[in-house]
Amino acid sequence: MSLKGKAYIMGAWEHPTRDAPDKTTAQLHFESARGALADAGLTFDDVDGYFCAGDAPGFGGMSMVDYMGLRNVRHLDSTETGGSSYILHVGHAVQAIAAGKCQVALITLAGRPRQGQGGRPGGGARPGQLSDGAPEAGFENIYGGSTHNTYGMCAMRHMHDYGTTSEQLAWIKVAASHHAQWNEHAFLKDVVTVEDVVNSRMISDPLHLLDCCVVTDGGGALIVTSPEVARSLNRPKIKVIGSGEAPKGPSGGHGLDLTYSGAVWSGPRAFAEAGVTPADIKYASIYDSFTITVLMQIEDLGFCAKGQGGRFVADGNLISGVGKLPFNTDGGGLCNNHPTNRGGITKVIEAVRQLRGEAHPRVQVANCDLALAHGTGGSLGTRHGAATVILERE
Amino acid sequence: MSEAEAKPAGRVIPAPAVTVESQPFWDAAAEGRFLIKRCTACGKAHWYPRAFCPFCASDDTVWEESPGEGEIYTFSIMRRSPTGPYVIGYVTLDEGPAVLTNFVDCDPDSLRIGQRVKVRFQPTDGGPPAPVFCPA
Repeated sequence: MSLKGKAYIMGAWEHPTRDAPDKTTAQLHFESARGALADAGLTFDDVDGYFCAGDAPGFGGMSMVDYMGLRNVRHLDSTETGGSSYILHVGHAVQAIAAGKCQVALITLAGRPRQGQGGRPGGGARPGQLSDGAPEAGFENIYGGSTHNTYGMCAMRHMHDYGTTSEQLAWIKVAASHHAQWNEHAFLKDVVTVEDVVNSRMISDPLHLLDCCVVTDGGGALIVTSPEVARSLNRPKIKVIGSGEAPKGPSGGHGLDLTYSGAVWSGPRAFAEAGVTPADIKYASIYDSFTITVLMQIEDLGFCAKGQGGRFVADGNLISGVGKLPFNTDGGGLCNNHPTNRGGITKVIEAVRQLRGEAHPRVQVANCDLALAHGTGGSLGTRHGAATVILERE
Repeated sequence: MSEAEAKPAGRVIPAPAVTVESQPFWDAAAEGRFLIKRCTACGKAHWYPRAFCPFCASDDTVWEESPGEGEIYTFSIMRRSPTGPYVIGYVTLDEGPAVLTNFVDCDPDSLRIGQRVKVRFQPTDGGPPAPVFCPA
């Protein structure tokens, strides 16, 4: 059974806060849900499917369903793939809707890392005590791995294998900053240059400070509905025409290759379902935890040949109105927002804005009828989940 | 020597989480021996060590002492650390598997992908010593 076009994104809302000392994480989930429902023209009572990931406080989705007053939920999904979860949830929502399990799916994300509330779950055993946590923990967690240095390892090897340069990576941040200047809510609004990026202080070689995304509080929510519900609403219909997901890990240590991501699998799955090719895409939201994340995913999704990402992103090729592949026109995680260190939902939200023609006029892509949103969650340097969706304006 | 030189008194490795599956590895580590797991059904060595083979799903895996030699697959020098810079990276062991580790006893700025390295053990904070690698 093809799932192409079996559901529509009818609501999308990004919380405007970037610093929320005065609100709880649960509250930000609620406000995001309310915003997306209002955008769609629906109410909490219309929601019969709820999707969340590890950032949702409490026990799976149950605490949030109860807290938000969702009385009619008959389908739950709390699949956790880090920052890509919410892109993956869009695909899962399409599946659930096509199977008749729900008609109005609500996806929420929120968190407050700026208040010290963004810690990741886990942690090792006490000395002398046997652990029963993640099986790799004892062999990996002790070495001080962080997002910065595990993505740094990917960039280091990509440079070694393909000759990618820091200047080429810097162009990704430059493009994001050109877009962010028009976003009134962007955490960083200043346009930067390649020199600014490569001269910013080294965080973890070869990634500089300006190769890294922002750390922001915030949230977002999406509403995915059945075609019947979509037809009853007074909003542009954004059809989900393809989705794909894939995990990638060190696989027992053989053939370790940190120069590609799970997008090599999730992308083709989504393109095949949609029946389109990378050349057809008018706008792309590409997960940008770091500049190297964007570069690898652009290659892996097929926007250019493997190893050619550095040349592809250079000279403004990602800037809307300038280059061939306008990306992250909200400023992305690099400049605008990376709520609770998870950027997946904002990737889908900006793609929806572009397809509706509701992006800022200075970054709106002309005749934008086909868009892609892609994310990576976890760590490219160890194990991660990739998710791709392809969206079409009907 | 660069400012990023790894200081012996720098970052303390936390105690590794030891499981019933990994206990023999850490017992050997306490004796300064580096073990890997090899499958006797398909012949492949794997990392990190499991009770079964991740390539053929056989339970027929055995512990094997390794010289702990290989080459650097990749690395990154973490500059933002209260205890000074440290290096994380992967070593591709001569037996095949890639191992996540720290590179120590070296000038981090001199490290290169492809460089030969060898295991040694470093004390941890209350747990068994952990395998780290230094230039051969």
